[in-house]
This record gives sequence, structure tokens and C-alpha cells, in this order.
Amino acid sequence: MAHRAQPLGAAHWAGAAVAALVLVAILGPLGAVLWRADGVGALGPADLAAIRFTIWQALLSALFSVALAIPVARALARRRFRGRAALIALMGAPFILPVIVAVLGLVAIFGRQGLLNAGLAAIGMHGIEIYGLHGVVLAHVFFNLPLAVRLIMQGWLAIPAERFRLAATLGFTSRDIVRHMERPMLRQVLPGAFLVIFLICTTSFAVALILGGGPRSTTVELAIYQAFRYDFDLGRAALLGLVQVAICVVAGLLVLRVALPGGMGSGLDRPLQRFDAQGGWQRAGDMLAITLAAAFLLLPLGAVFLRGINGVAGLPVSVWQAAERSVILSLATAAIAVALALPMALLIARGRAKGLLETIGALSIAVSPLVIGTGLFLILRPHVAPGNSALPVTGLVNALSALPFLLRALVPAIEAAEAGYGRLAQSLGMSAAQRMRHVLLPRIRRPLGFGAGLAAAMAMGDLGVITLFATPQSGTLPLEMFRLMGSYRTDDAEAAALVLLVLSLALFWIFDRGGRVNAAT
Amino acid sequence: MKSPIIATGLALVASMATAQDSVLTVYTYDSFTSDWGPGPVVEDAFEAICDCDLQFIGAGDGAALLSRLFLEGERTEADVVLGLDTNLIAQARDMGLIASHGIDPQGLIMPISWDDPHFLPYDWGYFAFVHGTDLENPPTSFRDLAASDLRIVIQDPRSSTPGLGLLMWVKAAYGDEAGAIWEGLADNIVTVTPGWSEAYGLYLDGEADMVLSYTTSPAYHLIAEDDDSHTAAAFEEGHYMQVEVAGIVNVTNEMALARQFMAFMLTPAFQQAIPTTNWMYPAALPAGDLPDGFNTLVTPETPLLLPAEEAQALRDEALEEWRTALSR
Repeated sequence: MAHRAQPLGAAHWAGAAVAALVLVAILGPLGAVLWRADGVGALGPADLAAIRFTIWQALLSALFSVALAIPVARALARRRFRGRAALIALMGAPFILPVIVAVLGLVAIFGRQGLLNAGLAAIGMHGIEIYGLHGVVLAHVFFNLPLAVRLIMQGWLAIPAERFRLAATLGFTSRDIVRHMERPMLRQVLPGAFLVIFLICTTSFAVALILGGGPRSTTVELAIYQAFRYDFDLGRAALLGLVQVAICVVAGLLVLRVALPGGMGSGLDRPLQRFDAQGGWQRAGDMLAITLAAAFLLLPLGAVFLRGINGVAGLPVSVWQAAERSVILSLATAAIAVALALPMALLIARGRAKGLLETIGALSIAVSPLVIGTGLFLILRPHVAPGNSALPVTGLVNALSALPFLLRALVPAIEAAEAGYGRLAQSLGMSAAQRMRHVLLPRIRRPLGFGAGLAAAMAMGDLGVITLFATPQSGTLPLEMFRLMGSYRTDDAEAAALVLLVLSLALFWIFDRGGRVNAAT
Repeated sequence: MKSPIIATGLALVASMATAQDSVLTVYTYDSFTSDWGPGPVVEDAFEAICDCDLQFIGAGDGAALLSRLFLEGERTEADVVLGLDTNLIAQARDMGLIASHGIDPQGLIMPISWDDPHFLPYDWGYFAFVHGTDLENPPTSFRDLAASDLRIVIQDPRSSTPGLGLLMWVKAAYGDEAGAIWEGLADNIVTVTPGWSEAYGLYLDGEADMVLSYTTSPAYHLIAEDDDSHTAAAFEEGHYMQVEVAGIVNVTNEMALARQFMAFMLTPAFQQAIPTTNWMYPAALPAGDLPDGFNTLVTPETPLLLPAEEAQALRDEALEEWRTALSR
């Protein structure tokens, strides 16, 4: 690709500048914590056990999420049915829920008094226990299966419809399609999906502790929390933050080495038609995959809905004020996230320092929000009142956390568009702006909408850095919900959780639909 | 307020209007300052007498509050910190940021005596295992609980103040045998949560028979929800106390005002707000002045409380015993 001229020169520099900015925004706070510490500190045996457990549960969670997502993504990509779009949007909801809401939703289904155990008891079988490593993995799959499905489905949808027509003409069986088209596509998409989910799970704290059943399930994130809150040991907190960076870098370099570049070529953006996979068994298999995944993801959400619905009308006004702040915050976060992701994605798609850039992009979900938040607090505190910086800082940190997902969604789409149309655009002498507008944007609109929606929804549900900065007057909706829970007001908290769920979904839906205007799929 | 923008504008106008007044900044935990906590009532009552602007800044829970003070050091804007408990006092004192309060603690009405020169209590409670009134034969001691097959949810002492309180409870009651008690309890513990809210939520959802909370928790259900189906188990070895305290930050520019606030803290205007907003016992209110419903609560015969410095010294050892016993 080195011979290709560089009509996107300005974007190139923008991408490099953004990457540098992201690196500073993540490592800067870590450095600030280290600076304030009296020394680097040392890791005890408990910390090493926490590191081992963190990596192990994250590996399992990512493996199960990705493996289970493949049949679901394939089924959703090749079937058309009424309500499909709504189902896809709804199934994305677990990813954006605040942890405690999701956990209580899961407990309503899988817990001691949950639906599943009630059903098992009704047919005379022994109940199941949710607490343990399997509970942690179950919850992480619940959170991340939707993300994995979406990322993998994007891969399927990126295979041009013409390829499937050609395959049909050549008399390909389903098995041939798997071998020649689907497997290479999966090798392109899966490593990245696995990596982001693995990294998300490495910073898990509340889920791992609550469903893990006790100190056996201590994660690095909890050790960081303890170092900050109870031991005031900034050195140890920073060291554990560095461990998270190391995990991210090693995982990033290992995983991305496995990934293949895209090689599907381009098409005419026709609606997808699958000439294979029309057999009864395949249809039944696909419907089974969709039904099981929908039940797994939607039943806990249904529980959240049913508990909250009665209380919504009586919610205190402070909850609605917090909701308004959260919506504004989410929109700003989505804008910042897109502004950061687009230049970086363009640069990565050109094949420059790909591994390095993707790893930088992934750092923001691998490093503890508590470390980043505390570092930013130390940096900003002498200059700005925390109450005033609460929302901007939350927006920035959330945009950074959304970055890896936007990159995952954008990079393959840009690569495909560049590979298919780059030369044509160049031979036509298109300027960078023309090329962006006519060649790239129409082809990346879908992942862009998806990524922006994800960023907005994630910011809506986030309960990380905001807790360090917020004053009573600047709390977000999840924070307000948590305050309600902490004051025995369970009914109000459940209603606030429902409002949160609905708002997050609505924001995600609007962006995601916006990205698919005029698209038949 | 219709929108944050208008709210900000109004706040700006309000702050200009009161620019002449002095401002007293009080750092506290979140649930104190929320609309349904004591904060708003206390603010109105104090501003009515102080000719000042009282501003609460909420920072998570008690431990987060202390962590914030630690990060800010002498740069802090806080004049008063309110909401630490006795297990955090020693660390707070070690930071060297707390001035003597200079107030005579004679007015305090608590089951224990109090003479800490830096910190003054405003409320207190007993840790206890809360359970449904339909529970047959509730346990009467930790050993009893360990021998039963009851399911309990507790909080993690590494991330939550009640969790740390339970750790100190077992340590204060059993000393060197604490590790053995935890081993006995291990199979009763369904799970350990990061904070009080998650544990209490799991209990209300029926995931456990009992949850670590306070003897005053049933009062919330009784008074606010008219629900008498929750109660607390009385333990023979006594109940560990959580005493919530406030202290004056020594770099304050408003020492006189801060002292006035500390004294105000023990007056009925402040104290009467506590029972039905913080759901704890006020530290300086005669029992007769407590709201109806508080008289139905379990009152432990033996209050337990380790002195602040001793609690700090025992913490690491107790934590290690806990972790080892529950990691098996």
C-alpha cells in the first residue's frame, strides 16, 4: 500500500495528533497519581492473586461472549423478520446499563427467588446458584454479548451482496460459503471484538465481587479502589494502574497479530440476499439462536422494566433534572467521541502503525476509571472547582472509553471502502474533502451511527469518574439513582433505573437509525 | 428548576446576592446532602441563625470523603468534614488536617462516653443483621449464625464502611478467635458486595435471609413504608456501634463559623432531622424525642466500640483473617 499517494494528508496528521492526545489523556492522570505518591509501592500476594483472577475471568468472559455471539450474529445477518430492527436495538441494552441495575435484573431471573429457579422447582429439579466464577462469566456475557453480536454482525453485513450472488451462481453450498467467505471475515472481526470485551472485563469490579461471591473474586480494580479509599496508598494504586496498561498492551499486541486484514472487496451496496441457508434446518437453527439470545438478554431487562414502571410517575423532580443533565452529557460525549475516533480510524485504516494505534485506542477501557478520575482530579483541582468540571471531565473520560468501540466499528468499514474505491477516487483526482463526502461517509455511516449511539448510551449509564467530582447539584441520572438506593428508596431507585434504561436505548436508537437512513438492511 | 442552565444562572445570582456573607463549606457523604437526606433541613436551619451561606459538598461515602480530603491536603476548601465514622477517625487524625473542636461533649446522649478532642459525634447506630419477621428462630450470636444454614449478604470491608464495621464487630467480640468465627460464617455468606446499597438490594430481592445493616433499618420500612415485616437480630456478644462524627479542618478561614456549626450540630434543630432522614440515632436528643416507631427497635444490651487508634491498629490483621477465611 506504500505506493498509494496520500490525498488524506491532513487527516493523517489529525489522526496522529488525536492518538497523542488520547495517550496523554490516559497516561497523564496515571502519571499524576504516581507523582503525588511517595513511591511506587509493592504488590503483595493478594494483589498477585487479584491479577490472576482478573485475567482468568476476563479470558473466559470474552471467549464465551464471542463464541456465543457468532451464531446469533449470523442468524440476525441472514434473516429478515418483523421487528428485527427493534429486537437488535433492544438486545443492545445490557451493555449500557449501570452495573447494579443489570445485576439486580440478572438476579431476578437467575437468583434464588428468580424465574429460572421457580421454573426448576416447578418441575421438581434442584435450583441453581448464581454466585461463583460462573456467575461472573454469566453477567459479563450478559453485558458483552450484545456488543459482540453487533461487531460481528457488522462484519457479515460488510460482505458485499454481490459476493453472495456470485457464490450462488457458482453453486456454493453453505459449507463453501463458510470456508471461503465467512471464516476469513470472522478472522478479520473476531480478534478485535475479543480484545475489547477482554479489556472491559479486566476493569470489572462490582460485578465480579457481587456475583463472584466474595474475596476469592477480587479483581485489580477492587485492589485499586482499596488502595485509594482505605489505604491512601497512591503508589500502589498507580502501580496497579500500570499493571492494567501492561495487560492491555500485551493483549493488544497478541490479539491483533492474529487478525487478518479485510479482503472481501467492494460491491454496489445492494441489499443482502442469501441464496444459501434457505433450508428448514438452517432456518430453525437461526431462529433458535435468536430466540435463546433474546430470552437471555431481554428477560432481565423485562424485570427491570416491571419493577420500575409503577414508580416513574412519582419520581422526585431531582431525578428528572439529573436525567436532563445526563442527556446533554451523552450528546456531548457522542460528539467528542466521533471527533476523536474518525481521524484515528482513518489513520489506522491506512495501515500506519496499526497495532500501536489500536492499542492506544484500547487503553482507555483497560485503565481504571478510578485512576484516570483521581489523576484528573489531582491535575485539575488546583485550577478548577470540582463541581464545575464534573460534567466536562465525565464527558471526556466517557468519550475516551467509547473510542475503542468506535474504532472497532469504523476501521473495517474504512478499510473496505478504501480498498474498493480508493484507486478509483484517486484516478478521478478527487480532493480529500470530496473523497470523504462521496466515498467514505456513505460507506461508514452505519458504523459511525452505531459508534456514536454507543458512546451516548455508555455516557448515560456511566457511574465512574462522576462520583469523584459531582456536587449535589451536578449529579447525573445513574448517580442520582445510586443515591436513592443508598437512602432505602428502592422503589424510586428502580423507577430511576427504568428511566435510565429508556433514555439510553432511545439515544442509541436515534443515532443508530440515523446511521442507517436509506439503508435497506 | 426547569433546566440546569437556568439553575446555574439562578445559582450565580444567588451567590452574588450573598457575596457579602461568609461561606461555610462542609464536605459530607452523598446521602447526607441528597434531597431526602438531612442536608436541606440542616442548611435552612443553620442559615436562619448564622448569617452565612452553608454549602454542602457530597463525596461518595465516608471513606471517599476522607480520600478526597487526603488528595486535596492543605489546599482543601472544606471548613468542616462531616460523616467519618470511628473506624476512619485515626487515619483522618494522622493527616494532621483536623483542629480541636473545643466543644464540651456534655450534651451527648449515647450508650458510650465520648472525649475525642478532634471529632464530635452527630449520630450513631448499632450494626445488626436485618431479617424478615417471618424468619423462625433468628440467630442470637455469631456462633449461632455460623451453625445455622441461613444465607447472609455482607459488605466488603475493603470498599465499604459497614463492611469495615462488621470486621471490627467480630474482632471486638472475639479477638484472636475472629478468624475461626469467619471460617464458620464462610458457608453462610452468599456474597460480599462493594457497598451497603447492593447488599440491601439483594436482601430485599430475597437473595438472602439476612443482611448486615443497622438496628435502625427496620424503622425506615415501618415509618416511611408502613411495613413492619423487617426486624434486626439481637446478638448476645453485643453490637458494634457506628458513630458518625464531624471535625473542623484546621486550614479553615472560618474558624468561628465552623465552631458555631459544630455547636449547632448538637442542638435540636439539627438533631431532630436525623432519625427520619439518616435513619440513625441522633447523638444529642433525649430518647423521648425520637419519632414513633423507634421505640419498637431492638436495643442491644452490650454496645461494642474499639477506640479509634486501636481500630486502626487492628485493621490490617483483621482484614487478612477475613480474606483468608473467606477465600478458602
